[in-house]
Order: sequence, then C-alpha cells, then structure tokens
Amino acid sequence: MTNTLIAAVAAIIIFVFVLDLLRRGVLKEKYAVLWLFIAGVGLFFAVFPGLLDWLGTRLGVGAPVNLLFFVLGVVLVLVSVQLSYELSRHEARIRRLAEEIALLRQQMDRFDRDV
Amino acid sequence: MVGARELVAIPAWNEAGIIAQVVKKVREHRPGASVLVVDDGSTDGTAVAAESAGATVVSLPFNVGVGGAMRTAFLYGQRGGFTAVVQVDADGQHDPAELNRLIDGLAEADVVVGTRFHPESMYFVGGPRKWAMVLLSKALTRMNKSPISDPTSGFRAAGPRAIELFSTQYPAEYLGDTVGSLSIAIRNGLVIRETPVTMYYRAHGRPSKNALWSALYLGRATLALIATVLKKPNSSRSDEA
Repeated sequence: MTNTLIAAVAAIIIFVFVLDLLRRGVLKEKYAVLWLFIAGVGLFFAVFPGLLDWLGTRLGVGAPVNLLFFVLGVVLVLVSVQLSYELSRHEARIRRLAEEIALLRQQMDRFDRDV
Repeated sequence: MVGARELVAIPAWNEAGIIAQVVKKVREHRPGASVLVVDDGSTDGTAVAAESAGATVVSLPFNVGVGGAMRTAFLYGQRGGFTAVVQVDADGQHDPAELNRLIDGLAEADVVVGTRFHPESMYFVGGPRKWAMVLLSKALTRMNKSPISDPTSGFRAAGPRAIELFSTQYPAEYLGDTVGSLSIAIRNGLVIRETPVTMYYRAHGRPSKNALWSALYLGRATLALIATVLKKPNSSRSDEA
C-alpha cells in the first residue's frame, strides 16, 4: 500500500507543480498539457494498482511494474525528441532574425550618414 | 555581362589583423565590385578595420557561423539587385587576383567553385580529413554529373539564380554551408562548375585545425551530406535553411 501512496503523492506533486508554472505563465499550455497527462496517467495507476497488474498479465509482462517503466521510458524519449525539434526551430529562427537585424542596422547607418 | 553588379562577400570573425589587407586587395583586383564584409559577431574591431579599408560592413549581433554570414550576404545581394556574389575568406587564404577567373566562369554556370586540388596546387590534406573530402567529392560529383573535386572550398562565385536560391536556403550548420549549399544548388537544377585556385596558408590568425577537429571531420561531413541529400528540394521552410 505504501508503494501506491508514494506514487500517488509524486503524481500529485507533479500535477500541482505544473499547474503552478502554468498559472504563473512560465509554461505554455501545449507543454503543460503533456506533463499533466503524464502525471494523470501515473495517478490513475497509483489509485488502481490492480489495473496495471491486469494489463501486465494480459500483455505477458512478468513484472507489471516493468511495463510502467517501459512505457514511461518511451514517453520521455518522445518528449525529448519533440523538445529538440522545437529547439532547432527556434535556433534557426533566432539566427534568421540576427541576419535581418544586421542588414537593418547597416541600412540605418547608411541612412544616418546620408541625412 | 552587361550591367553586371558584383558583390564580393567576406565573412569575418575576429580577423581585425588582416581584414583591411584582404579588402584592399579585393578592391585592387576587382575595382568595379562592391565589397561586403559580414562581421560575424567579432569582438576585436574587425568591423571598424573593414570599414576604414572601404568595405560595406554588416555586423551580426552574435556569431552565427560562416553559413549564416553567407546567407546574410546573399540576402544583401538579392535585395540590392546584384548579379554576382563571390565568397572570399577573411584570413588571406584566397588570392583576390583569381576573382576574375571565378566571375568569368559565371557566364556558363550558376555556381563556380574554386578548387584547391589540381596538378599545380600546393594544397595537401591527409588522414580522416582527406577521406571525408574524397567521399564528399565523389558523392557531389555524381549528383552534379560534372566534377566537384573540392566541395569544402570557400572560394566561390554565385550567379543570379544561385543568389535567389541561397538568399532563402543556405545551410548554417558547420560544413553544411559549403557542402550543403552545393547539394541544394544541384537539387534545384543549377549548373555548377569548378576552376583551379591557389591556396595560401593562413596569413594571420590561428588555423582552425587540430587532431580532434580532423577526427570529427569525417563524421560531421558525412552527416552534413546525408542531411542535405535527404532534405526535400524546393522546401518552403526557409527559416529551416
């Protein structure tokens, strides 16, 4: 029973933490939704541990908790890849803006000299 | 070319010691051309030195790499209505006396690459760096159906069609700028030719080569090539370039 309690508390902490970040406007909704979903799934299995056992046996996984770890691992990898994608896009955009700023500054300097 | 407007673009990062000399040499050998120094976030007064030598200077707010600097130059060239953009390194490795040969080549091609590999060349490389260059050269030559023996050469000229293309699509990643831009050009149906050039060992500044660098070179070069070959041609995502 302690196991479920720890899992439930952890899920609730993540829930509250993410909601607080969202409330303060630090985290955008599209990322918050993802973490809330993950915390929600965690909380669900913490409250109904029998469900995980049932699912584990149905899928033929020896220790049902391994199923949880596996799914969690896959989800975290997918999240990381998505973040790398966003980061790459932002890098490209920032670089592009730097180029535009450089060109604008040169035009401004020329304008200042001519006037 | 009648009504030709030429832009000699020099991407420079902390080359204050030599940039003025390079700019003066370019102006001497190609008096009709505009000289643009793209100051890639230098902290050593490169911009001031280039400006006093008579170049137009565009200063990037931070270092974006040669690829980003060159895309800035192509944007400048495209918006300014230039019909030729020639890239020359800021460190004095390229001889501005050979500008004429590169620009003349544009009569029959969209991109002219100055190759450092030819019978009279004093330029030699070895080890993983050489394997990478051979691999890249073979792959690009096959795509181009005409030899590209030195795909990483930074001494090259671009005509109107290439300027239009490169102003929106120019890879900014390391090595992507030289190799990737050629692959993008080929895939968009541009004609690429090469002409022999002389390579001078870095007149100033420290060479960007060491043991680790050349070891990483092979892998990164291969990755750069794979990335550009896999990229969809005519991609509308210009911000991803």
